[in-house]
Amino acid sequence: MGRHFISIWFFIGLLLLVYGVIIAGLGLYGLVSPPERVIVLVRLHAGIWWGALLIVLGAIYAWNFRPGR
Amino acid sequence: MTGLGFLLLQQAPSRLITLSFGDLLIIIIYFAAVLAIGFYLKRHTRTGEDFFLAGREMTAWVAGLSFLAANLGSLELMGWAAAAYQYGILATHWYWIGAIPAMLFLAVVMMPFYYISKTHSVPGYLKLRFGEPSRALSAVSFAFMTVLMSGINMYSMALVMKVVLGWDINFSIWASSLTVAVYVALGGLLSAIFNEVLQFVLIWLGALLIPIIGLIEAGGWSGMVERISKNFPGQDYTHLWRTMAHFTDNPMGIHWTGIVLGLGWVISFGYWTTDFLVVQRVLAAKDLRSAKLAPIIGAAFKMMVPFIVILPGLLGLAVLPVKLTGEDVAVATGGHSYNEVLPLMLARYLGPGLLGLGITALIAGFMSGMAGNVSAFATVWTYDIYRALMRKEAPDAHYVKMGRWCTILGVLVSIGTAYLVMQFKSIMDYVQALFSFFIAPLFGTVLIGMLWRRASPAGGFWGLLAGTVSSIAMWAWVKVDHSALAIIALSPHAKDMAENMYRALWSWTICVVVTVAVSLMTSPKPVAELTGLVYGVTEIPTERHLPLYQRPIFWAGVVGLAFVILQVIFW
Repeated sequence: MGRHFISIWFFIGLLLLVYGVIIAGLGLYGLVSPPERVIVLVRLHAGIWWGALLIVLGAIYAWNFRPGR
Repeated sequence: MTGLGFLLLQQAPSRLITLSFGDLLIIIIYFAAVLAIGFYLKRHTRTGEDFFLAGREMTAWVAGLSFLAANLGSLELMGWAAAAYQYGILATHWYWIGAIPAMLFLAVVMMPFYYISKTHSVPGYLKLRFGEPSRALSAVSFAFMTVLMSGINMYSMALVMKVVLGWDINFSIWASSLTVAVYVALGGLLSAIFNEVLQFVLIWLGALLIPIIGLIEAGGWSGMVERISKNFPGQDYTHLWRTMAHFTDNPMGIHWTGIVLGLGWVISFGYWTTDFLVVQRVLAAKDLRSAKLAPIIGAAFKMMVPFIVILPGLLGLAVLPVKLTGEDVAVATGGHSYNEVLPLMLARYLGPGLLGLGITALIAGFMSGMAGNVSAFATVWTYDIYRALMRKEAPDAHYVKMGRWCTILGVLVSIGTAYLVMQFKSIMDYVQALFSFFIAPLFGTVLIGMLWRRASPAGGFWGLLAGTVSSIAMWAWVKVDHSALAIIALSPHAKDMAENMYRALWSWTICVVVTVAVSLMTSPKPVAELTGLVYGVTEIPTERHLPLYQRPIFWAGVVGLAFVILQVIFW
């Protein structure tokens, strides 16, 4: 590698982290204020655990591929 | 190779989904991210090698995921989910036998020649192997096909957004395509590849929840099969090969020979080994080993794509309370069409935020496919048409500038095509045929060129021309006289898809026969000029010093074995 890019995996990690926070946040908000649109298997609270998964994945990638590492 | 045929001519009755603020925020952040990557990478894109080949610095993983993402358009997701609802698991053939063997063949057999020859494109390889006429023919046909496909995909995507979200068609076309134009014009192939990897991850994370929650609702695979049998008694939707013995035994109207020889051999090998849209990604790999591993990584993920594309369609058969129909019936009755199965499943399972991620996956799919088209078009136009035929000697910076302008021009022409299709929707009927016109014979020419040193420049050119012309002639023959279908596709019951398969097979055969015949009558190139281009006169670096797990051939074997096991499981 002749040049030094910021790794694409860092960008991906950052984006997943942001998405995770938004999705998990909306999922948690849905617990106190259920959305009008009804979805099937709402009891699974997919937004919360999928958002949490994105946060974990995003944090791992953003940290491991952070600029200057 | 897309599911375009399943998205034709749909009308928009009303929106299926209404997005919340959180969903829109997810989509807006996505657009900001891809543009930011483009602006960031502009400073790293100075030379022609940077712009058109991403500096040949990509790792196997980045090249492999980008290789696959360029093929994963949004129509791929929605079209094949619709096909799975309509035809069942048969649609999986396009992901397995219609892709995996060809991708492994590219990795193990063909990649060394592409990579060692240091070509910048597939037409560029033909120039080295057969001379300028062959390059010109393939470059012009590729540029034409790419821009047309790109425009048609753009229109179909805008139509989908109108049906699903109620978005204005003009807004969808301009917003998404100009975003692609900006980031590809700024960072060239480097930017396209980086964004494709990002888009690949988003496609998976946005679409993966559908099969997971769907299987929970249906009671696992066996529960799903049971429900499908109950909802659609007497029809087999969950076996790959059992219904392929006769044209009339399956809803696709296709025989197993069409799937194996037409799809699995000519169409699939033609697309995955010679369509520059995908091959360009692998040429950007940092070394030969990475270039060989990239298609193998792509194949491993391609094998899993049915989980997020086909399974949602099958789950739709099992759990949706309404029965989906063809477009005409849906429009007449106000019901839902097959094409709406994926959006219906998204709306069924995904709450605020997740729905935005799911829609982002569809948009990401479209943009990755379009960026693939545009960056490949820019390279072929600049190197294989402009430099070869118009301005042979110019500074490198001039060609980079031409590449940037060409990217924007390519997008604008695609937009023009999209509006043309809007006026003349019948153009879309011909898209699948385009593939067999150009790609199938090209595969014959490249394959013979790589494996047979006796193939002459004249043989290469006339074989390619004969294959292309004969394919167009066969297509026109069936259009004029429908009874010709029984000759071209071996059965009067064959459907469009089967006709495309067999036409591709014949045009490839004609290309090969003419190439061989003309080559035997004309002088071949001296062996010295074939070094690095042809099997037998090219020294391919050995990998024997590497441990087994680092050798591409080992991983190709692993993926190949998994492919065979899947055929047996779902037989």
